[in-house]
Amino acid sequence: MYTAADLRKGLKIAIDNEPYIITHFDFAKPGKGQALYRTKLKNMISGSTLDRTYRSGETFEPANLEDRKMQYLYKEDDHYCFMDNDTFEQIHINEVAMGDAKNYLIDNLQVDVLIFREKAIGVDVPNFVNLRVTQTDPWVKGDTSGSDSKPATVETGYVLRVPPFIEEGELITIDTRTGDYSTRVKG
Amino acid sequence: MPGSWSLSRRYQALAERGAIFTRIRRFFEEKGYLEVETPFRIPAPAPEAQIDAIPADGWFLQTSPELCMKRMLTAGYERIFQICRCWREGERGSRHLSEFTMLEWYRANADYLFLMDETEALIRAAAVGTLVSYRGLSIDLSLPWERITVAEAFRLHARGSVEDALRDGSFDELMVERIEPKLGITRPTFIYDYPASCSALARLKKNDPSVAERFELYIGGLEIANAFSELIDPVEQRSRFEAEAAERASQGKVTYPMPEKFLAALAGMPEAAGIALGLDRLAMVLLDAESIDQVVAFTTEEL
Repeated sequence: MYTAADLRKGLKIAIDNEPYIITHFDFAKPGKGQALYRTKLKNMISGSTLDRTYRSGETFEPANLEDRKMQYLYKEDDHYCFMDNDTFEQIHINEVAMGDAKNYLIDNLQVDVLIFREKAIGVDVPNFVNLRVTQTDPWVKGDTSGSDSKPATVETGYVLRVPPFIEEGELITIDTRTGDYSTRVKG
Repeated sequence: MPGSWSLSRRYQALAERGAIFTRIRRFFEEKGYLEVETPFRIPAPAPEAQIDAIPADGWFLQTSPELCMKRMLTAGYERIFQICRCWREGERGSRHLSEFTMLEWYRANADYLFLMDETEALIRAAAVGTLVSYRGLSIDLSLPWERITVAEAFRLHARGSVEDALRDGSFDELMVERIEPKLGITRPTFIYDYPASCSALARLKKNDPSVAERFELYIGGLEIANAFSELIDPVEQRSRFEAEAAERASQGKVTYPMPEKFLAALAGMPEAAGIALGLDRLAMVLLDAESIDQVVAFTTEEL
């Protein structure tokens, strides 16, 4: 059981017995008023979205999902293929259901595949993943434009902002909860 | 795991934040205010229904320096300001940090209307120029600013009455979802004359005791400051605190000791007005920051 204070982006809760994921979360509190928890929720089966505002004291059931450790194998058309490490069973998940997780999929990545009523409906990736930079403009030493970041493309095709000193071919750590650059992997 | 990049790239924002603080201090010095400090750790925070204090070794971290600063008013300090840290349990979001920076100032022999004028002057002094770009809005700080009562705002933006909203418990939701996004869009907005029940430490209006002499300032839909003509009747203040404490108890919240020394001092306090202004929020507006995280050196999560 969760309370309103547990709500955050990425949390999965049950509404009318269906699994929803919080895609946007913010805390609001009008002057001297009560705390309000504002959310956007996505139905993990239909993909439909809801805007809901909750108050302190409200409680929520966790989404009734089973997670299975699986390994990412490959992408085919708009489907992603995963394999169960113990049974070698393979499953496919479509691009829409993958959500942002598809930005971090490199071969052999270990993920949690989320199962609802025996159907795979999504994927949880690790909080931090290391990806190689495949394209970014070189840093001009002595650049005084004051720019503190630049775009970079990583091996999955995902584009994000990185510090100016990051070069092509370097390995960087990305925080998958925010999609942001975290640090450079040395060596 | 996160490196120092997130901190080093805030250099520009933190430099501008520091410059805002410098201009604010200069403003108060020119107006004859004394900068004061009062203890952060206190035995009895104001018992307000919706504000939760963080316990600290048997006492509490202040949720506001209000009670100590009012005791100073009683003792003859007639114009005082303070820039300090305050803590509020469980408040965290893109506009909230549970540890944040507050500017409070108090002035004897003044009321909330005087403070509206002074707040205009302060923010115009804190900003560089009169046009503020914030979240795609262009906000003009030239006078006059918009002034609208809470009742008018409900009629205009929520298509309903305050009385109905209070009765069915939707006041806060309507405020957040319908009204706040309409406030301070082309120029800053003062929204004033709050329902008496929403104002535990404010004086009621003489010709209409259903409302309190309280205002909030909004810029770009963001709540910046809360002010009132201070309640100085200790008997009335005690009964309001008791009502707030009862509300806390009914919600199963911790109740705080009655702030007896404050109540005793209130008997000798001059007529006064006071205001609390969130400096992180002001920095967000002036620096066009999407999140409060961008205008502080460290968030709680980064410690």
